[in-house]
Amino acid sequence: MAKDVMIYGEVADGQLAAITKELLGGARVLADALGEEVAAVFIGGGIAGPAREARAFGANKILTVDHPRLGFYNAELYVPCLKAVVEKEEPRFVLFGHTDAGADLGPTLAFRLDTAIVTDCTDLSVDGKRLIMTKPVYGGAAMAIFTSDDPIQMATVRLKSLTPAERTDVEGTVAPIDFAPGETAPRMKVLDKVAEETEGVKLEDAEVIVSGGRGIGGPEGFKDLEELAKLLKGTVGASRVACDNGWMPSTQQVGLTGTIVAPKLYIALGISGASQHMTGCSHSKVIVAVNKDPNAPIFREAHYGVVGDWKAVLTAFMNKVIAMG
Amino acid sequence: MNIVVCIKEVLDPETPTDSFSIDSANNALVGKGKIAKVLNPFDEQAVEAALRIKDKLGAKVTAISVGKQMDRVVTKKPVFMGADELILLEDEGFADGDSWSTAYAIAAAIRKIGQYDLVICGRQAADSNAGQVGIGIAEFLGLPHVSVARKIDVFDGKARVERVTCNGYETVEVDLPALVTVTNELGQARYPAIQNIRMANKIQPTVWKHTDIDIEANRAGKQGRRQKLLKLFQPVREGACEIVEGETLQEAAENLALVLRKAKIL
Repeated sequence: MAKDVMIYGEVADGQLAAITKELLGGARVLADALGEEVAAVFIGGGIAGPAREARAFGANKILTVDHPRLGFYNAELYVPCLKAVVEKEEPRFVLFGHTDAGADLGPTLAFRLDTAIVTDCTDLSVDGKRLIMTKPVYGGAAMAIFTSDDPIQMATVRLKSLTPAERTDVEGTVAPIDFAPGETAPRMKVLDKVAEETEGVKLEDAEVIVSGGRGIGGPEGFKDLEELAKLLKGTVGASRVACDNGWMPSTQQVGLTGTIVAPKLYIALGISGASQHMTGCSHSKVIVAVNKDPNAPIFREAHYGVVGDWKAVLTAFMNKVIAMG
Repeated sequence: MNIVVCIKEVLDPETPTDSFSIDSANNALVGKGKIAKVLNPFDEQAVEAALRIKDKLGAKVTAISVGKQMDRVVTKKPVFMGADELILLEDEGFADGDSWSTAYAIAAAIRKIGQYDLVICGRQAADSNAGQVGIGIAEFLGLPHVSVARKIDVFDGKARVERVTCNGYETVEVDLPALVTVTNELGQARYPAIQNIRMANKIQPTVWKHTDIDIEANRAGKQGRRQKLLKLFQPVREGACEIVEGETLQEAAENLALVLRKAKIL
């Protein structure tokens, strides 16, 4: 009989990943509503130590599959491991972060278990015994609420969507599980993993993003945006048009086909508000829009706006911020 | 070398968000006016990835899509870009599917095609934003898959794939046949070339109904759905946008700084 909320935990830099604390926070809310428990499963190489930390964040039960061969995420190896755990534990819900590994592992496991999964959710709740999953669709132009009738219900959750768990004194159990590689050789191997250094603050980590679109008019304008970003200790983003025109590298693109961000402050200059862009920034805490067109759709999503030429606004705004100290 | 590319037509994601409204009777998003359909941007890059392999090694590239009453101009774009064949899984039975039923239908069609070394999909569709169909096709066909690729090199019965991660990339080697989903970091897709046009005009889509690919009606389209859509709604931002004004634009900009400081945002 399926019960409990299981999360797929991840370790980053030898510690519990931020998304894992968020999943533990979300899973606790769901488990309390069900009157059930939270389990966390970790798969990897050298993860058993950091995984124990999940106890302090509310996991009643921690399961670890720790083996040097599992050092890199590889669906060929991870999916059978997790499938075995899920079939044994029979969780009611299984939650993943919508991460490099989770966004791949979740759907793969779902198809292999012949069950549904809803990906990139921004909110989860319980109705009776069913998981209610909310996610943006149509590039953020609408939100969809899904559920499923399958016995195991699964979701991947967008980063920074759930409130992270606080440290508690719930002391859960820890159970290592042996890694049993399948009979057949994996058809896929990860040769290496490369971190590419980006200059300054990364988009997804930035607390402030100063973003420009078609209205910026060329690469020179983005130098002004960089000045403001530097002043606010943030980074520069760009719309698809700005990147397609080569004004900014595609690594700085915010939107459906770029990076999805949720900074504390998103300043959009010369951006009209196409749905594919808004899906990338609509979860920002505060959106400030500057656009010379008072009817630009971005003003419907922004919290604060100024109607006028972005360059004049940027210069005066920067001077004022410096003057305010 | 035979490559199958999966494509989907979507409402143009460059459309402003306020051009849509919800048809709550049908739980569907509709345009307030007519909204153009385009090829899903990630699928355009999937076609590009296939054509880059074709340019280098030679390959037959077959594009495939599923739905009802699909736009013939949009779905034919891969052929104008240089694909050799277009298969449309098209009948009422395919309407309103989810990731599960779509992947099931495409996998059945690929089985019918028979010859394939590589299946390439976009990482996700611009409308459903799910990123499941490619993975599902791989699972139904029993193929290994690599998701979110920015580069695919084929050699010696293998593909070497660069998979994009949050801070860089991984190099993954996978035995063929395999499925790869591609992401925008692959780079700009080519424009349809003049020299392809005459050839492309001659290529007519092959249309298969669900009975042609031998799938049960209860696994196709709406009947095959696993995800139950309870509600579709447009998020309403609490409180309208506060337009900050001033005697001059400069003053408005200064007032913006003051307002943000007062709200403890700066």
